[in-house]
Parts: sequence; structure tokens; C-alpha cells
Amino acid sequence: MGIAIRIEHLRKVYDSPPPSAARGAGFSFTSVRSGPKQEKKKTEIVALEDVSMEIGAGEIFGLLGPNGAGKSTTIGILTTRTHPTSGRAILGEYDVWKQQVKAKQLIGVVPQRPNLDFALTAREILLFHGAYFGQSGREREQKSQALLEKFKLTDRADQMVRGFSGGMMQRLSIARAMMHDPEVLFLDEPSAGLDPQTRLLLWEIIRDYNRAGKTIVLTTHYMDEADSLCERLAIIDHGRIIAQGTPQDLKSSIPGGYLLRLRFNRVPEELTAALQVLSGVSEVRSKDGTGVDVYADRGGPLISGIVTAAQGSGVDLCDVHIAEPSLETLFLHHTGRSLRD
Amino acid sequence: MNWKTFFALLQRDGHVARRNLLPMLLQNLLQPLLFTFVFGRVMTTSGLMPPEYKSMLLPGIMAIAMVLSGVQAVAMPLITEFQFTREIEDRLLAPIETGWLAVEKIVAGMVQALVAGLVVIPAAWLAMGSGVNLNFGHPLEFAVVCLLVAFMASAGGLTLGCSIGQTQIGLMFSLVIAPMMMFGCAYYPWSKLAAFPILQYAVLINPLVYASEGLRGTIAPQFPHIPTAIVIGALVVLDGILLAAGLKKFNGKAVS
Ligand SMILES: Nc1ncnc2c1ncn2[C@@H]1O[C@H](COP(=O)(O)OP(=O)(O)OP(=O)(O)O)[C@@H](O)[C@H]1O
Ligand SMILES: [Mg+2]
Repeated sequence: MGIAIRIEHLRKVYDSPPPSAARGAGFSFTSVRSGPKQEKKKTEIVALEDVSMEIGAGEIFGLLGPNGAGKSTTIGILTTRTHPTSGRAILGEYDVWKQQVKAKQLIGVVPQRPNLDFALTAREILLFHGAYFGQSGREREQKSQALLEKFKLTDRADQMVRGFSGGMMQRLSIARAMMHDPEVLFLDEPSAGLDPQTRLLLWEIIRDYNRAGKTIVLTTHYMDEADSLCERLAIIDHGRIIAQGTPQDLKSSIPGGYLLRLRFNRVPEELTAALQVLSGVSEVRSKDGTGVDVYADRGGPLISGIVTAAQGSGVDLCDVHIAEPSLETLFLHHTGRSLRD
Repeated sequence: MNWKTFFALLQRDGHVARRNLLPMLLQNLLQPLLFTFVFGRVMTTSGLMPPEYKSMLLPGIMAIAMVLSGVQAVAMPLITEFQFTREIEDRLLAPIETGWLAVEKIVAGMVQALVAGLVVIPAAWLAMGSGVNLNFGHPLEFAVVCLLVAFMASAGGLTLGCSIGQTQIGLMFSLVIAPMMMFGCAYYPWSKLAAFPILQYAVLINPLVYASEGLRGTIAPQFPHIPTAIVIGALVVLDGILLAAGLKKFNGKAVS
């Protein structure tokens, strides 16, 4: 079993400024009431230009991109929360926007910002969520208890979530999304705000869930997360998919993907010049007096050349670190900027 | 339509409302009851108001209590839930059409409005002391009017709750709720506005007028009141308008 997802030419233009609801600002008289002056300079934000992609049944699929790339918007459209300006999103056999209830039955969603029901306790949130999806009382009890344990929330289970820490809310929000055992799980930056240990726990939980044949779609900023968790990736920027494939494919698609971080006792001009002319080196950047970053199309084979260059300039090589082609460098290659810019 | 989901949503609202029952009742009933005490007891006992005023006032107080609690029961949580925390999202993702979630909110609000209305009768009676003269001779009409008033309050709450943000709650009270209460014919019968002809027709856009006059006509018919059939017709129309407006606003807010 398993549910595949198909996205066809999605385009989304936000034509109203973000509602106060989404931004936390207090102002929200609808445009009808705002003066004519404000109506004229309507802000149009193109969040998605034209996005098409397919996500296979039972796949862990990652959406990678810088802030404002359109990741959350894509997830929003797939989960009935954001209305596409044009294009189609198909989940299994249902058109998400024509058969919303059918689609909602299949999905679990972890939003970027926890949207927990603040009027309830952690346990109640899970219990009511199960009830919305028609689970019996017994089933709900068992499932919620198991999830609270899995996400280490048992000791706070009967407290109002208002007092939870950010990471606890995030954990509960993931537990809630899994409560009704959805066929497709959407996670918008699931590990944001989680401590490293919980992050690893979460990866394990996601892999486990995937083993049961469920499709998982997640967005992330973390290269290691995308690399180790996702079977396939799409890189999105300015509302367009700029590359997609397995992490391996994507990495091998870029030339000069190696990064050698070197450390010397000092870095004279002639050293950087000597490094620059080594074969396979595409760029040399020296920084803070003792460090040099060498971008090249090979790793280990360059070492002997580097050692020779160092001896030639009379400096000592103190430390070498070789970074294999990574999604970080891949990202730089495709967008011309680092993921954190 | 997914009944299981609908009832689960209702249960959730019931659960939260029960948790806040006492503050909710105090919030919605204290002010009308203080008014009842001052005008229905202090003023009548001291002779500033005729004793009949008590029975005239009670249906009006009941109308105010119902409308206030219905509006607040729906509008206040909606305003917070649509704020940046988007608390409502969990329920928007429940397997049911978003419109039904709005309907569920209305039903939950109606229950609270009816509870408030039914609590007010004995409470106001106590506050005013002897001499209250109510007539429960038309239970069916009374029930119909109560249901329509409760629906109107909740649907109005839905519309308001989806139209304003948290910072405008104070404004809502001073610009919408306060004038509505003053010109809602709760403290005087509509026919007595005859001395102010323009005002008399202007207040007809105020939904509270029909609530007050309708309740007056069904439990204190000895006072002049707008004929109950007309009131029921007007309430049905208002209910329809507010429901349509509320659903439209709600669906607009539900997706971005
Ligand atoms: N509700 C909204 N109303 C108006 N504009 C919006 C809304 N939501 C997002 N946008 C805009 O759409 C664009 C894409 O936003 P989106 O949230 O999809 O980015 P993202 O890739 O998820 O970014 P991040 O990594 O910061 O979460 C941004 O320019 C953003 O300002
Ligand atoms: Mg996002």
C-alpha cells in the first residue's frame, strides 16, 4: 500500500498581506474596511512560480530550500491549508482541493509553528485528535499513552500545553500528527527547536514510521538531516524546483565538490598562490591568519601537493579536514548562496 | 458529512466550556443581573419605577444574557484561535468540511446561550423579589423564539469573531455591543419608542430588538410587543443572513 503524491504546475500568489493570524501582528480589519489608499498598493507575493514533482509511495521525501523559498506554501497546498492560485495537487487518487475530506483523512501534519490547542492538556489534545478521526475510546487511550511515552511526555501529559517549552510543543505536535496513523505524514521543519538527542530520536521515529509503508514529506534546513533521512530530495528556491533526485545523485552532479579545510601555523601569500595552482583546485580562501579553505574536485590525492607547498613556503601544516561533496556545497552551487543567507 | 467528527468537535467545545463555566457565567450574567437588581428592585421598591417594570424588564434581561453569551461563546475563542498560533488548525484538518466546523461552533454557542438564558430567569426573579409576573402559556412559541435567538447570537458571534482581531475586542464592545444593548428594546418595549419615530425604525436593524420583543411577547404578553409571528419571521431572516455571512468569513479565514 502507500500513497503517492503528484503536484502539477502549482502556482501560488498571496495577494493579501499576510493575515495577522499568520504573522502575529494585531491589525486585521479585512481589506473591505481598509481605506482606498491601502487597497491600491495591494502587495502581491509570488510564493510558488511553477512547481511540479512526484513523490513515490512509501518514500521519505525532503524539500530543501532557504527561507521564503516556498516550502511551507507547498506543504500548505498539499494539506488543504493554502489555496493554490493554479495547478493541481493529487494525493493517492484524490485531488486535494476537490476532495478535501478524503485527502484530510489520509494525512497527518506537523506545521512549522506548533498550533496546539491551548485550551487542552497534552493528553486531551491527543485524545480529541483521535476522536476527530473517529477512533474508539479504547483505541484513543492506548494510542495516546503509547505516543506520550514515545515522545517522552508522560510526566507532563496532564498539564495544559500553554506552559510547555518550545521543544515539548514540537514533540507533542509530531505525536498528534501520528495519532490517527495517517498514510502520509507531512513535517514542516520537524527538528527545529529540538535538542540533538531528541533530533536523533525523531529520525528514528520517522524511519520506523516509514518502514510501515507510510509516505513522509519533510522540509528542512539541515543538510545532515536531508542527507541521512531522505531517499529523495527536491531543492526549491524562489518558488521553483531547481534540482531533484537522491542525495547521492544530487551530490555527484556538482563538479569540485570537495572542501579541504587546512590549518597552518601562518599563511603567507606565496602559500595560497602555490595552493591555487595545484591540479583540481578551483578556489582557495584564506581566513583568520592560519586557516585556508580549498575547494577542489578531489580530496585525499591533493594532500601530498599541499604538504609540498607548505614545505616550499616554510610553514607547518597543523590540521587537515576533508569534507566530501555535501548538500551544503550542492546548495551553494545551485542557488549561488548558502542555505543560511 | 461526518457525524463522528462533528460530535467529537462538539465534545471538545463542551469540555472546554465546562472547564470555564463559572467565569463564563459571571462574565455574561453579572452585568445584566446587577442592572436587574438596580432597576428591577431598587428603583421599583423606592417608587421611581412602577412595579410592573419588573415583568417588563425580565424578558429583556434574558435576551441580553442570551445574545451576550452566544456572541462571546463563539467570537472570543475564534478570535484567539485564528491568531498567529492558529490553534484552530487541528480542527480544520479534521476529516470534515470546514463549513461544518463553523456550524459546530454555532451549535456549541447556542447551547451556551440557552444555558445563560435559562439561568437568568430564576436569577433575575430572585434579584427582583416579589411581583414578577411571567406567563408560560405559549411554551412552543417560547421555545422557538429561544432557539432562534440563540442561533442568531452564535451566528453573529461567528461573523464577528472572523471579522476582527484580538486588538479590536475592546472596540467591538464599545462600538457594537454597547449600542446594541442600549437600543435593543431590552429595557423598554419597542412601541414606547413611538415618541422618536426615526429612532424607532432605525433600531429595527438591531437583532437584539427581535430577541427582546420576541421573549417579551412569549413570556410577558401583557406588555405591548411586536407580534410574535413577525418577530419569528425577522429572526429567521437574520439567522439566515448571519449564518451566510459567518460561513463566508469563516471559510475565508480558514485557508490562506
Ligand atoms: N499567509 C501568507 N500571506 C502572505 N504571504 C505569505 C504567507 N505565507 C507565506 N507568504 C510568503 O510566501 C513566500 C514563501 O513562504 P514560505 O512560508 O512558503 O517559505 P518557506 O520556504 O517555508 O520559508 P522558511 O524556511 O522561512 O519556513 C514568502 O515570501 C512569504 O512571505
Ligand atoms: Mg516554512
